Amino acid sequence: MARFLLRRLLSALPTLLVIATLAFALLHLTPGGPFDSDRTLVAQIQRAIEARYHLDEPVWRQYLRYLNDLAHGDLGPSFTYRDTSVNQIIAQGLPIDLAIGGCAIGFALLVGGAIGLGAASRPGSLRDRLPMTLAMIGISVPSFVIAPLLILIFAMRLHWLPSGDWVGGSWRHLLLPSLALALPYTAFIARIVRASALDVMGNAHIRTARAKGLGDTAVLLRHALRPTLMPLVSYLGPALASVLTGSIVIEQVFGLPGVGRFFIGGALNRDYTLVMGLTLLYGALIIVGNFVVDLCYAWLDPRVRLNR
Amino acid sequence: MSAPVAVAERRPRRELWRRLCARRSTRAALLTLGLIVLAAVLVPWLSPYDYSSPSWTHIFTAPTWAGGQVFGTDALGRDLLVRVMWGCRISLLVGLVASVVSVVIGVLWGATAGYLGGRTDALLMRSVDVLYSVPFIPLVIVLNVLFGRHLVLVFIGIGAVSWLDIARIVRGQTLAICSREYVDAARALGVRTPAMICRHVVPNIMGIVIVYATLTVPAVILFEALLSFLGLGVQAPLASLGSLVADGASEMQSNPYLLIIPSILLALIVLCLNHLGDALRDALDPHEP
Repeated sequence: MARFLLRRLLSALPTLLVIATLAFALLHLTPGGPFDSDRTLVAQIQRAIEARYHLDEPVWRQYLRYLNDLAHGDLGPSFTYRDTSVNQIIAQGLPIDLAIGGCAIGFALLVGGAIGLGAASRPGSLRDRLPMTLAMIGISVPSFVIAPLLILIFAMRLHWLPSGDWVGGSWRHLLLPSLALALPYTAFIARIVRASALDVMGNAHIRTARAKGLGDTAVLLRHALRPTLMPLVSYLGPALASVLTGSIVIEQVFGLPGVGRFFIGGALNRDYTLVMGLTLLYGALIIVGNFVVDLCYAWLDPRVRLNR
Repeated sequence: MSAPVAVAERRPRRELWRRLCARRSTRAALLTLGLIVLAAVLVPWLSPYDYSSPSWTHIFTAPTWAGGQVFGTDALGRDLLVRVMWGCRISLLVGLVASVVSVVIGVLWGATAGYLGGRTDALLMRSVDVLYSVPFIPLVIVLNVLFGRHLVLVFIGIGAVSWLDIARIVRGQTLAICSREYVDAARALGVRTPAMICRHVVPNIMGIVIVYATLTVPAVILFEALLSFLGLGVQAPLASLGSLVADGASEMQSNPYLLIIPSILLALIVLCLNHLGDALRDALDPHEP
């Protein structure tokens, strides 16, 4: 186990290096810099600012400097948000994203899983076809369409929930964003679980369980559930990644101060350090997500050995 | 004599089409999609209105049958029906081109890795693993901001993102196909590697590739819509469905139809394509009745 953890950790490093290099090259090799503006500064001031952020050095030295800081856990100062470091921005914004993303994934797993299992228990019945038709529609409506529609219905017409205006932030502010983010994933998970459960139900070990006289619920929960979850787990890796990027849009719609808004703002202003830092953050979160997926695999299927 | 001839003459393509159209919902999806594509292609010639010129006397006309502007008009008095159809045009074009790009890259990458095996395989698939962890949507956003909004960039960006899945699937299929006798036979006849991959391996994985390509198109359309929604896709006055949804969202308090109509169209296109992908998979799958 310890060896597996170490291996995974080491294999994540080159990936992060690739991401850092890609982002660095993209930002530095394109025309335009963070401090080019319409307002022309006195040449001395311009030079002073660039020297302050080491932008006057050759690109390769900036790259090495960045990697060195990165190795020390320092993502550098933000160019646009003066006197704020990228680390501070992440520390401020990430909890909000994690809260929304966590709620969304939790909701999608519970509700989607329940719907999928319910549908699979009576294939072809109304209990199967109605939710599956809804799920088909659900995977076709992206969260950036659902979000304004939810605001329109629950905030503007019914006045039940706030539409945004994050101040301090109560759970009521998180409800609509999480729901908007969760719905497409709920639909996806319902479809995956149903297909997988139907597949598993045809297996010999299920027939054996039935033959020894177990009831439907016991068969489902004790024997069918674990193998049913396997395809779901492999879907979860990419899903975790797209929940993160999905929250960029959700933050935009609901005006939440998560990292996604800083990301877009940073990209528009060529805030090199901010964009690179957040890209690395997204990459690291994806790696962690895939890692969790691997662990889940081993837990669900003892045949999967971790020492590969 | 007639029976064996009939078996010999069974055409797989026609057979597939018959199985595909067996379900009413699939026929409905095909028809809806066909109509939308037709309208999107013909829109410049169908309507007296164009998508860009403002009409200051018709701002925020609600949808009505009477005036001929059945979807109403937007904040600049432009006909929403025409704009939505132009949006479909852009979305479908992006979906098609980017999917072709990603399928070509994915198939060649996966087939090469699967066919050659060994160190090449390890290298190619390891790079796919690494690329999986690269947060591409943020990178495409950065790309679009840096180089200015350009449709070609959207194509390249989206194509670069979505070939990874196809590469993995194709590699798996190729591994299975390489153990077949006809591959051995071709090799014994001296067929070289590129010809081998293009003539013998790729045609035999086309079934699953077509299914995944059909499912890539809606994913790509949603991705483009997301970029446009953030204001990073197509440039005004041209509109895509994503930017129309974004425009509608900013007016939804007073004129909800501006949000609802483009949303429905976007969902409808993606829904039809998703359903078609599912139906194709069922039709190509020999296990299902």
